[in-house]
Amino acid sequence: MGVIIAKSVNEACAVLAENPATTVLAGGTDLMVQANRGAHSLESVLDLSRIPELKNWSLEGSEMVLGAGISYTDLADPQIAALVPALTQAARTVGSPQIRNAGTLGGNLATASPAGDTIPVLVAMDAVLQLKSSTENREIAITEFITGVKTNALKPGEIIQSIKMPVFQGPQEFLKVGTRNAMVISVVSLALVTDFLGRKLRVGVGSVSPVPFRATAAEEFIAQEFDWETNSALSEKVINKFSELVADSTKPIDDHRGTADYRKHAVGVLAKRALERVCAGEKS
Amino acid sequence: MSRVQTSDTAIKGPRIGESALRPDGIPKVKGEFVFSNDLRHPDMLWGGTLRSPHPAARIVSINVTSALKMTGVRAVITSEDLDDMPLYGLEHPDQPVLADGLVRYQGEPVAIVAADHPENVRLALEAIDVEYELIEPLSDPNLAKEAEAIHPDGNLFREIDLTHGNSQEEGEIIVEGTYEVGMQDQAPLGTESGMAIPSEDGGIDLFVSTQWLHADRDQVAACLNLPTEKVRLTLAGVGGAFGAREDISLHIHLCLLAIKTGKPIKMSYSRTESFHGHVHRHPAQMWYRHHAKSDGTLTRIEARLLLDGGAYASTSSAVLANATCFAAGPYRVPSVEIYGAVVRTNNPPCGAMRGFGCVQVCFAHEAQMDKLAIELGMDPVELRLKNALKPGDQIITGQTITGTAPVAEVIETCAQHPISVGSATQQMELPGGAGRTADPKNVVRGEAIAVGFKNLMFSEGFDDFSTASCQLLDGVATITCACAEVGQGFVTLAQQIVREILGVEEVILAPASTATVGSAGSTSASRQTWMSGGAVKSACEEVRIRLLSRIAESYNLDVESLVIVDGGIASLSSDFSISLKEATAEPIEVEDTYRHLPTHPLDEKGQGDAHVSFAFSAHRAVVDVDQELGLVKVVELITSQDVGRVLNPLQLQGQLEGGAAQGLGLAVLEEINVVDGRILNPSFTDYLLPTSLDMPPVEIAALIEQPEPNAPFGAKGVGEPPAISSTAAVASAVRNATGLDLQRVPIRPTDIVFPERSKNG
Repeated sequence: MGVIIAKSVNEACAVLAENPATTVLAGGTDLMVQANRGAHSLESVLDLSRIPELKNWSLEGSEMVLGAGISYTDLADPQIAALVPALTQAARTVGSPQIRNAGTLGGNLATASPAGDTIPVLVAMDAVLQLKSSTENREIAITEFITGVKTNALKPGEIIQSIKMPVFQGPQEFLKVGTRNAMVISVVSLALVTDFLGRKLRVGVGSVSPVPFRATAAEEFIAQEFDWETNSALSEKVINKFSELVADSTKPIDDHRGTADYRKHAVGVLAKRALERVCAGEKS
Repeated sequence: MSRVQTSDTAIKGPRIGESALRPDGIPKVKGEFVFSNDLRHPDMLWGGTLRSPHPAARIVSINVTSALKMTGVRAVITSEDLDDMPLYGLEHPDQPVLADGLVRYQGEPVAIVAADHPENVRLALEAIDVEYELIEPLSDPNLAKEAEAIHPDGNLFREIDLTHGNSQEEGEIIVEGTYEVGMQDQAPLGTESGMAIPSEDGGIDLFVSTQWLHADRDQVAACLNLPTEKVRLTLAGVGGAFGAREDISLHIHLCLLAIKTGKPIKMSYSRTESFHGHVHRHPAQMWYRHHAKSDGTLTRIEARLLLDGGAYASTSSAVLANATCFAAGPYRVPSVEIYGAVVRTNNPPCGAMRGFGCVQVCFAHEAQMDKLAIELGMDPVELRLKNALKPGDQIITGQTITGTAPVAEVIETCAQHPISVGSATQQMELPGGAGRTADPKNVVRGEAIAVGFKNLMFSEGFDDFSTASCQLLDGVATITCACAEVGQGFVTLAQQIVREILGVEEVILAPASTATVGSAGSTSASRQTWMSGGAVKSACEEVRIRLLSRIAESYNLDVESLVIVDGGIASLSSDFSISLKEATAEPIEVEDTYRHLPTHPLDEKGQGDAHVSFAFSAHRAVVDVDQELGLVKVVELITSQDVGRVLNPLQLQGQLEGGAAQGLGLAVLEEINVVDGRILNPSFTDYLLPTSLDMPPVEIAALIEQPEPNAPFGAKGVGEPPAISSTAAVASAVRNATGLDLQRVPIRPTDIVFPERSKNG
C-alpha cells in the first residue's frame, strides 16, 4: 500500500492516469468507515486533501464555483452562506465538528449516497460538476453525475474539480429529519430554493429514492400559486397541495432508519414547513 | 470527630465528603491515559475472532488449511483443538469458548487466529472456510418455552412466581397496560481489548479491562485447566463498562493463542465486533394490572414479565430476580401476583447493564401510576406520595425495609424544584435540532415525574465480599485491592478513606490484580463504594489500632490518650507527638475482608429477605415534542436521589449526569435493532447515543442524606438509580406532551406519528 499526497490537480490527474484503480481520498469521512469495516481495501491511495486549488471558491456574475475540496466547515463562511444559504444549512447538519472539518463537498458528491446532505440542495439548484482527468475537462449535470445508490459517472482517471451553480435571488431552506438532534444520517431531507427572477420554487429531496431528485410536479404547481409580487403567506389549501405533491413524487424504502410511509409523511411535512418559512421570509 | 492539627502538617488531599479530582481525569483528557487498547509488547502478535454470520446454524465443517499457510499467521484455533474444554459463564457455565458444532447467535466465536499484523489477522479470518447448515432461528421469546430446546440446558433460564398478600384483593379502580423495552447497549467507549502473556511457569498473565478480575480468573483457569494461581489477571485501563464487562469476552481466546504461540497476544474489538461481543440489556415485554381504592391507595398489582435472555445464560437469572422483586416500584402494595420469566433464544445474549432489571419494570410501573392518576383524576405526584414506601414497610417480597427509604423526600424535592428552562426560540434548540425541522409553533411541551428503586450489592444469599489491604510505611499508605476502577471513583474514594482515618497525605493505590490480593467482587450492582470502600475502611481502622498500640507500648503511653492528627500522632494527655513517617519506619500492614449482612434466597412464592439495602431516585423530565414529525427534545432533567451520605460531590454529580444520559438514551434513541436474530445496526452510525444537543443539563434538586445503617460512612451506592427513573420520566413526559399511550421505549418517531399502528405491534 502506498499513499501519494498530490499538491496540484494536474499532479493528481497524472497519478490517476497511470493507475486508475488508485483509491481517491478527500476528507476520508466515508472512505475510512468503509476501510475500517474491511469493505474497501486500500491498495494505493491518492490524497487530494492538500491541493490548495480544490479549496477555492469564486463568484462570477450570478454563477458560483466551489472547489471540490471545500469542507462542510468552510461552507459556513458567511459570504458563502449569504449566496447559497441552503447549502450552508445542509453542511451544518453533517456529523460532528470533526467530521465537518474533514468531509468535503466533492466527497459528498462522489459518495453519491441517497442520504448525502448537500445533494438535495445542489439538485435543486441544477448544479453542474466540473470533472477533470489528464486528458479531458468536462461538465456534467448533478442529476446525470449521480447514477444510482452510491454510484456516480466518474470515468477512470477522473476527479471532481469543482461544482458550479447559479446564485438565485430569494430565500432558501434546507430541512433534514434524523432520529437524533445532531450527528445523524438523514431519514429524509428537503431543500427549497426560491428563484424570484425565474419565478420558480426549486425543490430537491433526499433519502426518499435511490437518487436525490427535483419534485417537479410540486414545483410547477407552486410556481403558479406563489405570490411573486409580495411573497405573502399562502392558503392552507395551497400549502397542503404542495406538500402532497412533494410526498407523492417520492419512492422511499423501509430500512432500519425509517419506514417508507414515515419518510413519505415526513417529506410532506418538511415541504409544508419550508414553504411557510420562505413565504414568511423577506424578498431578497 | 475532633481533629488536632497544625497547619504545617495539615493534609491537602480531599477527605470524605470533599470533591476529589480523579487522578486519571487529566491524563484521559490529554490522551495520555493507557487504556487496555493501548497495550503494547515488543514481541506481541495480534489476535482476531471469526464469528458466525448466522444466528442459528450447524457447523458442517471448518477448513483452516489455507488460513494457516498465509503470511504472518502463527495459529488458528477452532473447537476441534479444545477437546473437552469446559463451558464458561458468569453465573452458570453454558457457553462454549468456541462454537462446537452449533452456533446459537449471530456473532458467536467460531475460530481464533494469531498473526504478526492486524491486517494479516483479518485476511486469515477471511480465509477460514466454514460450511454452515442454517437452522430457523428461535427469535421470538414468546415461543421459547414451548419451542424445541436450542441448548441442552433448555430454553428457560428462570421463572419466578411471586405471590404476596391476599390474592382475593380487588380494587375499585383498575388500570391495565402492556409495555415493551428494546435492547439497549452499554456502549462503553473503550471496546473489549487486552493482552495475554505466557509466563515461564506455564501460567499466563492476562491484562484486560473488566469489572471483576477474580470471577474472570476463575472462569479462565477452569477452561485452561490451570490452577488459579497460574492465571494472573491485572486490570488494564478501562474505557467504561456499565455491565458490558462482567462477562468473559476475549479473555480465554487471548490465553489460548498465547499458550499456543508462546507469544504475547493482543486483541482489540472493533465497534461492530463489540456490539456482537458482549451482552446487552434484556428486552422486556410486560403486562400490568393495577388495582386501587378510589382515594388512590394501591391494593393489588398483577404483572407478567418476559425477558429475552438471548443465547446464553450470563446473569439472566439475577436480572429476572430484580425485575420481579422491583416490579411494583417503590410503593406499598398489600397484594401482588407477578409471574416473571427469562428465556433462551437465538438473539444476542443479554446480561448486566446499569439498573439490572429495574430499568425495564420502572418504565412499566411508572406508566401504570400515570395511567392510574388519570383514571382517578388525581395529581400523579400526590398518587405516588400516597403510596410511597417508608422505613418499616414491606416490599413485595415480604422483606421489611430496615434501612432508610426517603421515597417521599425524593419525590417531593424533585416535584417542587423549579423548572429553569424557557421556551426555545432557535431551530437548533427545538426537536430535530441541527436538522432545522421545527419552528416554535410546531412544538408541544410536556413534563412528568418518575420514581424508581433498586437493591444495592448482590442479593439472594450470595456470599458477597471484598478484600483490601492497607500498608503504612514511612508515613505513606499503600492500598491493595482488586476493585476494578471502571470510572465509578474507587481510585479517589480509597484515598479519601485513608486520609480520613489515618491522616496520611500520600496514598498509593497498587495495581488491581488477582496476584496480590483476594477478590473485591464485581464493580457492579452499585456495590464498590460500600463493599471495597468498606474493606479499605476496616483495613485502615485496624492499621490505626495497631499503630496506636505500638506507639503506646514503645513510649509507655496510655493508648486511649493517643490520636492521629494529620501527618502525626499526638497524646491528648501529654505533649507527646511523633510524625507518622517516624512512627511507621517499621511497616504496619493489615488485610481485611468485608462482607455486608447476609441475604437469603427467595422462596417458591418469591418471598424472602433477599436484599441488603435499597436506593431510591426520582427524575422529572421536561420535553418538547414535534408531534407531526415524531421528534423529541428533552429540554430539562431534574433529579433527587437517596444517597445516604455524599462522599465525593463531584464524582456523584458525574454519576447522576451520566446515568441520566443513559436513561434518556433508552427513552428516545438507543436500541439494538434485532430482526430474525440479526443485529441491523452494530455501529455508532446507527446505534444512536445522545449527543450534547440531545442531553439537557441535569438539575440536582436534592441529595437526600440519611445515613444508611451498616453502610460504611452511611453512604449508599449511587451508580444505578440515575439510569432507572430517568427513562421512565422522559417517556412519561412525552406521553404528557402528546396525549399518546406510548407503551414502548425507545419511543420512535413512528410511534408518535402513527400511534395506532405501533399499538397494534
